[in-house]
Amino acid sequence: MRLLRIVPDDTKFDFMRFRRISFPISALLSILAIGLYFFHGLNFGIDFVGGTLMEVQSKAGPADIAKMRSTLEGLGVGEVQLQQFGGPSDVLIRLAQQPGGEEAQQVAVAKVKTALGDTVEYRRLEVVGPRVSTEFLTSGTLGLMLAIVAILVYLWFRFEWQFALGAMIANVHDLVLTIGFMSVMQIDFDLTSIAALLTILGYSLNDTIVIYDRIREMLRRYKRMTMADLLNVSVNATLSRSIITHVTVTLALLALLLFGGRAIHSFTATMMFGVVLVGTYTSVFIAAPILIYLGVGVGRETQKDEGAP
Amino acid sequence: MYFSRWKALGIILTTLVVCAFAVPNFFPEKMVQSWPKWAQRHIVLGLDLQGGVSILLEVDVAEVRKDKVNSLREDVIRVARENRLGSNPTIRGNTVEFRVRQGADPALALQKLRELSQPLGGVLGTTGQRTVDVVDAGTGVIRLTPTEPAIVERVRQAVEQSMQVLERRLNFTGTVEPSIQRQGVDRILVQVPGLSDPQQILDILNKTAKLEFRMVDQSVPPDQVDPNNVPPDSELLKGTKADNSQLYLIEKRILVSGADLTDAQPGFDQRTNEPIVTFRFNNNGARRFAQVTTENVGKPFAIVLDGEVLSAPVIREPILQGSGQISGSFTVESATQLSVLLRAGALPAKLTVIEQRVVGAGLGQDSIEKGKLASYMGAALVVIFMFVTYGLFGLFANIAVLFNVAMIFGVLSLLNATLTLPGIAGVVLTVGIAVDSNVLIYERIREEVRAGRTPISAIDAGFTRALATIMDSNITTFIAASVLFYIGTGPVRGFAVTLGIGIITTVFTAFTLTRLIVAMWVRWWRPKTVPI
Repeated sequence: MRLLRIVPDDTKFDFMRFRRISFPISALLSILAIGLYFFHGLNFGIDFVGGTLMEVQSKAGPADIAKMRSTLEGLGVGEVQLQQFGGPSDVLIRLAQQPGGEEAQQVAVAKVKTALGDTVEYRRLEVVGPRVSTEFLTSGTLGLMLAIVAILVYLWFRFEWQFALGAMIANVHDLVLTIGFMSVMQIDFDLTSIAALLTILGYSLNDTIVIYDRIREMLRRYKRMTMADLLNVSVNATLSRSIITHVTVTLALLALLLFGGRAIHSFTATMMFGVVLVGTYTSVFIAAPILIYLGVGVGRETQKDEGAP
Repeated sequence: MYFSRWKALGIILTTLVVCAFAVPNFFPEKMVQSWPKWAQRHIVLGLDLQGGVSILLEVDVAEVRKDKVNSLREDVIRVARENRLGSNPTIRGNTVEFRVRQGADPALALQKLRELSQPLGGVLGTTGQRTVDVVDAGTGVIRLTPTEPAIVERVRQAVEQSMQVLERRLNFTGTVEPSIQRQGVDRILVQVPGLSDPQQILDILNKTAKLEFRMVDQSVPPDQVDPNNVPPDSELLKGTKADNSQLYLIEKRILVSGADLTDAQPGFDQRTNEPIVTFRFNNNGARRFAQVTTENVGKPFAIVLDGEVLSAPVIREPILQGSGQISGSFTVESATQLSVLLRAGALPAKLTVIEQRVVGAGLGQDSIEKGKLASYMGAALVVIFMFVTYGLFGLFANIAVLFNVAMIFGVLSLLNATLTLPGIAGVVLTVGIAVDSNVLIYERIREEVRAGRTPISAIDAGFTRALATIMDSNITTFIAASVLFYIGTGPVRGFAVTLGIGIITTVFTAFTLTRLIVAMWVRWWRPKTVPI
């Protein structure tokens, strides 16, 4: 049987040449993503801003959203968002955080339930009070920071500091771009998104580390190769693995995206963008070449004259 | 590439044993219950898959503090009376301020009030902390403040007692398999699988159910009471009926409380056929109730529930047998509910619902089906791709992945872990990532073959060199999963669990099982070339 070779055995692609393009592009995209975050904003879900989320299914065929909207808006429960969700009879109702503390949320839910009565089936109900949502936001942000620091420390311990720093820059770049993507797509930013971001962090690092491991090995083995050549050889040597692994992860994510249902749709979409699109690009075009700028292998070219006085 | 017979046996046994723990999940629960205890461990479906109600309650710390300050004030009044030290103290914020009477000895006052402060018992005995800070503010003013550790201790107790009360309430209503857990210092997480109407649960969870029997103050008719000038030992309370705005003037003194009840049952009034709640006092309560009713024949008393008057009947004759009934325009449901609340006892503090999540059983079932379909499709795609890419070695990898997934379910069962929809996503992702370790190894073998090594030495070098990389890359993902486990709740935590376990089983299979399979193949076939 002839086996599939996605990447030919003797690939010698000059990746390092692209750093003059990839670095400015990444910088630009990162600034754009940060700008999006501040000016376009994230679509924060109730986990972080509090409020009520209800998924209802109309019992009598397709739901009349316009009628529901007018019913609910007359209740005096503040801003009400209605959205078709899945089938024509499924509606997602979102109430903003009610002023007046924890108990006010329950009162609003009771009002909506009375108004809709028995015309719908309640498939899901989530009420997050002001206190819990504030805590989720703090612990979510803190968790991301903590993960970044913990991984940085581990890498510092396993590699030289330049590698740790390089990996960190590359992966914070991944997170920033993913957050930009979530802002553009207005994906619900909730606890699951934090899970997606942390997983992206883990997997992008996974990729970066595979390349770094190879670079470290090459640094020990070839004392006289120039840094750019060495990085190119390393990236090319791991290219086949990177691509095959990403194909398998993409296949797994694709299955989740297509068949996993609405509940994890935004989670898989975010992962797809972060792991597959950004993560791969980053480890090859950012994480590897950045080592040159961080001063790994400085003075290697002069080592050719090692024997000279 | 050499495995001793014992090592090989050890690897195979470990793998099979871990996989075997997943077995109970494939049998009906009824059947599993007849198995030995150790074999009964199985995966618990999360509320998002099973449907159910999850409610997070919080003890109102501010209220606990207020209660504590109020009871401290009562204590100060008592001490002041006993020792003739002065007039009534005032409350300022969280502090009770007491002014010593002209002519009384301030030193004695300080000494007597200091006795109110008890050493605070910690888990390891006394910690040197005390319950009250007593400060001499000079010019005969003494300030008393409950200490922070004392408040925390009280909150802790309140949470513990509340959990017991909630458990009794849920049991009395026949709720199936409720789970009641403490979260942090001041929170309680109540989860009831299978239930989709949260109102039923909410109604019995956040009612304090503090029942009090008190006398009605008849000195002023309630409709003539000036709300700003209520008699000092009485208070104006509302009736429970929603449409009824009637006010009652009730004495503050509690004659008998719900704590003295031994039983409460719903029933019907024999004359009017109205739903009622009948109750029985314990000895202490019966004696006090008998005494009070004997002394007050002809006067009205009030049955007060959580600060609202249920009813205010006139005492027609002394009630000596220690039982009675409450009528107060109940429905059958509300009478049943109140009797449950009274039997289970009052909550020691007010509980507030701060988070509530409900998933209908229909949605849960949908999620399970979608999760299953996605898992099968994902696994199939990955398996086919691996076979197309690596042929025989792809097959080896697929066998390893199969065992890997079985082991994940085995470990999840062993831990009685909860499987959520994101958790299923975690398993699918693990399948994608688990093959990465094989890819790393196989790519390395390809390289070593190209570099001109013999098959066996290429395979050996491939494994050895790839393992360090596999460790490094998996440990970083594991760090991320741990953080996620720590900060996440519910479904997200389910994802962290499967991801974390998946990483461990992946590393295990890469180091042992895959290697063993390849080693056995090498031994039996003695290949001249590596088909990779």
